[in-house]
Amino acid sequence: MSHLRFHVRFPEDKVKEPIIYQIGREYNIVTNVRRADVRETTGWVDVELSGEIAEIERALDGLRKKGCVVDPIELNVVE
Amino acid sequence: MTKMKALVCRECAKEYPTKAIHVCEMCFGPLEVKYNYEEIKKAISRKKIQEGPHSMWRYIDLLPVEGTNFVGPHAGLTPLVRAKNLGAYLGLDELYIKNDTVNHPTLSFKDRVVAVALTRARELGFETVACASTGNLANSVSAHAAAANLHCYVFIPGDLEAAKVLGNLIYKPHVVEVEGNYDDVNRLCSEIAGEHGWGFVNINIRPYYAEGSKTLAYETVEQLGWKTPDQVVIPMASGSLLTKIWKGLHEMKYVGLIDEVHTKLNGAQAEGCSPISTAFKAGRDFFKPVKPKTIAKSLAIGNPADGYYALKATAESKGAMEMVTDEEVVDGIKLLAQTEGIFAETAGGVTIGVLKKLVKQGVIKKNEVTVAYITGNGLKTQEAVIDAVGRPTRIQPSLVAFEKTFKLGKNGGGDA
Repeated sequence: MSHLRFHVRFPEDKVKEPIIYQIGREYNIVTNVRRADVRETTGWVDVELSGEIAEIERALDGLRKKGCVVDPIELNVVE
Repeated sequence: MTKMKALVCRECAKEYPTKAIHVCEMCFGPLEVKYNYEEIKKAISRKKIQEGPHSMWRYIDLLPVEGTNFVGPHAGLTPLVRAKNLGAYLGLDELYIKNDTVNHPTLSFKDRVVAVALTRARELGFETVACASTGNLANSVSAHAAAANLHCYVFIPGDLEAAKVLGNLIYKPHVVEVEGNYDDVNRLCSEIAGEHGWGFVNINIRPYYAEGSKTLAYETVEQLGWKTPDQVVIPMASGSLLTKIWKGLHEMKYVGLIDEVHTKLNGAQAEGCSPISTAFKAGRDFFKPVKPKTIAKSLAIGNPADGYYALKATAESKGAMEMVTDEEVVDGIKLLAQTEGIFAETAGGVTIGVLKKLVKQGVIKKNEVTVAYITGNGLKTQEAVIDAVGRPTRIQPSLVAFEKTFKLGKNGGGDA
C-alpha cells in the first residue's frame, strides 16, 4: 500500500463534477482530500491517494483523461 | 534557545521540528523556517555583520543552519553596481544592478540557495544530495557537492541541450537522464524524494534551500548604506525568490537592522511562461498553470510552487508585475551588456525588459532608488543571442587595411 500526494486542478467545465468521488469509485484507491479551493471558473484539490502503485497510476491517468492537470504536491520541482 | 524555532506550515501554521520535511501532514501546505527573532535581535548588529566573512555567510544569524561548517563558503556578497549608463538611458536617477552573474562558484544566484541547502543537508546527516533541474540549479548542486565530498544525483529531462548536460558532467555527479518530458522528471523526482533518504535540495530540503534567497535582500540593504530600495525588479520562476526578498527585508526590520520597509516588489516573467504575472495583471489571487514556451528557460516553470505567495507579497508591497516577449528578452540582454558591461543570461533579459516597461508605464519613477536583480551569467545561454549580436569586422592583416576600414588617421579617432 502506497500513499502519494497530488495537486489536482480542474478545468472550468469540470468544476461542478464530483471528480474525486468518481475516481474513488472507478479505481481501487482511497482518496483523502486535505485542502481545496473551488470557485466558479477554476478549482484545485490537494489529495492523498492510497492503494497499490499501479492502481494509483491508473487513477492519475483517469484524472488526466477527465481533463484535470495532475502535479505532485510540490508542483514543479524541476528548476 | 536556537535561532530556528520550527518549520511552520504557510497555510495552517502548524509547527514541526527542523528536520528534512517540506509538506504539512495536516493540510499538505508548504513548510518554511520560523525563527526566534527576539533572540536573533540580541545577537545581531550592523557592526557584527560588517566584520563577518566576505560572503553571504555574514548573515548567518538569519540563515537556517546550526554550525559554521559551510558548504559554499564563498557564495554571495556580489557587487551592487550603480548603473549610471543604463539609468540615464531609461531615465532613472538612481538605478542599481545586483549582479549575481559573478556569484561563486557557478555564476548564478542558485549558489546562494544551494550553499544553504547543502550546509543544512550535511547538518541533518545526509551523505547523498540530489536535485531535478534543467540548468543553473544542477550546475550549482553538482559543484557544491563535489567540493563537499557529497554523493550527488542530478535528474534531467532526456531532451536537454548537450551544453547544459556537459556543465553538470564536469563535476562528475550521477547525471540521470530521464526518458520523458519535464512533467515525467517532475513526477519521478517527487516520488524518489519520498522513497529514498536523500537530501533533495528543492524538495525535502526546500524550506532551508529557499531561505538562501533572503541574502539578496540583506546584501542590497547593506550595500545601499542600510537603506531599503524604493523599487525592486525580480525575475520569477517558482516565485520563491520574490517572496524571500520580501521576507528578508522584513526580517531586517524585526531584528532592528533597519527602521522601515517601503520597498515595492515588481515581478518579471517572459510572455511564453507568465502564469504569475498574467494572474496579477488580471487582478486574480490564483494563477492558471501553463506549458512554457520561451527562450528564458531558467524561468520556465509553468506551475510555480510559490506563485500564490508571490502574488500576495507583490500586492502587499503595492508593487506590480509585467511580462516581455522573447525579442524584448534579447534586447534586454544586449542593453545591459552595452550600457553596463554585464552579460546576463535570459532571465536577466527578462528583468531588464520588464524594468524598461515599468519605467515607460510610469510605475517606476525617475527619482526612486531602484534595484534590478540579475540572477545568472550570459555565458550559460549564449544560444539565445547568437543571431542578435552581429559579426566581427574582417580585414586583411595590414595596417593600411585596418586604418582604411576604421577610417583612422595618425592621431586615432574614426570609426568603422
